[in-house]
Amino acid sequence: MRVPPAVTQRAVVGLMWTLAGLTLGVLLFIIAFVLWKGLPNVSWEFLSAPPRSMGREGGIFPMIVATAYVTGLGVLIAAPVGLATAIYLTEYTREGRLTHVIRFGADCLAGIPSIIFGLFGFVFFVITLGMGLSVLSGALTLALMVLPTIIRTSEEAIRAVPRAFREVSFGLGSTRWQMVTRVVLRSALPGITTGIVLAVGRCVSETAAVMLTAGSALGLPRGLFDSSRTLSLHFYILSREGISMAKAYATASILVVVILAINLFAYWLMRRFVAKVR
Amino acid sequence: MADASHAEEPQGAEWLMRAALAPAGPAVAAGTTPKVVVEGFTALFQGCAVLRNLSLQLFPRERLAIIGPAGSGKTTFLRSLNRLNDLEAGFSRTGRILLDGQDIYAPGTDVVALRRRVGMVYAVPVPLPWSIRDNLTYGPRLAGTRDRARLDQLVEESLKNAFLWDEVKDRLGTSALNLSGGQQQRLCLARALALEPEVLLLDEPCSGLDPISTAKIEDALAVLRAKYSIVLVTNNTKQAARASDRTAFLLMGELIEIGPTEQVFTNPAHHRTAGYITGRFG
Repeated sequence: MRVPPAVTQRAVVGLMWTLAGLTLGVLLFIIAFVLWKGLPNVSWEFLSAPPRSMGREGGIFPMIVATAYVTGLGVLIAAPVGLATAIYLTEYTREGRLTHVIRFGADCLAGIPSIIFGLFGFVFFVITLGMGLSVLSGALTLALMVLPTIIRTSEEAIRAVPRAFREVSFGLGSTRWQMVTRVVLRSALPGITTGIVLAVGRCVSETAAVMLTAGSALGLPRGLFDSSRTLSLHFYILSREGISMAKAYATASILVVVILAINLFAYWLMRRFVAKVR
Repeated sequence: MADASHAEEPQGAEWLMRAALAPAGPAVAAGTTPKVVVEGFTALFQGCAVLRNLSLQLFPRERLAIIGPAGSGKTTFLRSLNRLNDLEAGFSRTGRILLDGQDIYAPGTDVVALRRRVGMVYAVPVPLPWSIRDNLTYGPRLAGTRDRARLDQLVEESLKNAFLWDEVKDRLGTSALNLSGGQQQRLCLARALALEPEVLLLDEPCSGLDPISTAKIEDALAVLRAKYSIVLVTNNTKQAARASDRTAFLLMGELIEIGPTEQVFTNPAHHRTAGYITGRFG
């Protein structure tokens, strides 16, 4: 028996709506659940005070600082390297074996689970280079982890700049570097920034990689070689060790709000970028 | 039908004034030193010849039109004059192009400086997505001009020479993307002029423009001839006839004929030229 096309059409559309609704529903449920459980325990003291008795009491101020520290440093390392790689790939070489190898490498790097990055960071930065469990080890590990994201998003943004702009720039007597900095990057900047903001989001939410490299000290990190505990790791330890579910949820709600804000900011940048290219 | 034939008569007093500024007649007098000399120039892409053994001269203060059917190598020739072809993969060439007696393909040539001396306007207007002023000052700034008064002066002069000043003088800070197609192309002309080049290359500058914009560009060229050597590639033989002093006819990468425009159009030496300009092929 043949099903009439109109029926198939309606069935498929119905299925799509259901699945899309489910995705959105799960997302909203998670956010609502975490905020509902966590926000009542958030107070000014929770945000501004150090933890007491392993996190059962007090706040998460050192974790906020550690997260900003590790993330900021990691992105600060990864962004120039990633951007330089993207510029090299798009403007300074012709497509060939080398560009394929670099791109393939970046894609492989992107597919590696973060715990493997953590393990590598532990063996290489912490042990071999003797940096110890520290902000620096964590930042370097996170930098490696987000490097492929930054390379590929920057590359896309740079490629989206019309080829004619480059010819015009050369025609007006620019060197290649002047063309890149004054024309290409100027147009690609919102797209590149979007990639970097997404990388910040990934760093903030990362747990496994920092657990093995940045450590889990409760104190306020004061230097590059201090051990520190990021927000996500704090949440993991509080819940895993059964220290305080109330504090764990409160930490999670802060984390969710921060990630949400970062993604909304990236989304806003992206829309602005698309509007500008058109 | 939709060609620019009614642009042949520019309007009134403005035109007279401009015509008075331009020197009378082509400046191809005997004994004039050529600005550009092309000697046995062959251009190849992936080993395939696009221009074959081309030799011609461009004199100061003349407008040379290059005509010929699609694929005859007009644009390649133009882009050889400021070495833009160097950016293409698989480009190679033999022969020489001399600018003021210096081979521009000689090793050690400063290509950036060359492109400042040889300005170019493309077939499709490509304003950079910045303000009108930034578009015009980009080239001079690259060349190291920082003085604000000097930049303002360049902006005004080049816009006036491109016949665009009156239309945009009150909105120099607004985006160049808001201009109409014809205005954008005149902006691109002004942008090339702001470099204060010696040679001006125009690659089918009016191909997408309406008759009035076309007339304005042609008027500008008539005035600019007083100062520059101009090479105008065009698919519009009527435009070549009315906006050039000499005309060269290219076919399949070879120079078939070059001579004073009037002669090429009224009494062509080669039957292929005659066939092309009367529209029998091409």
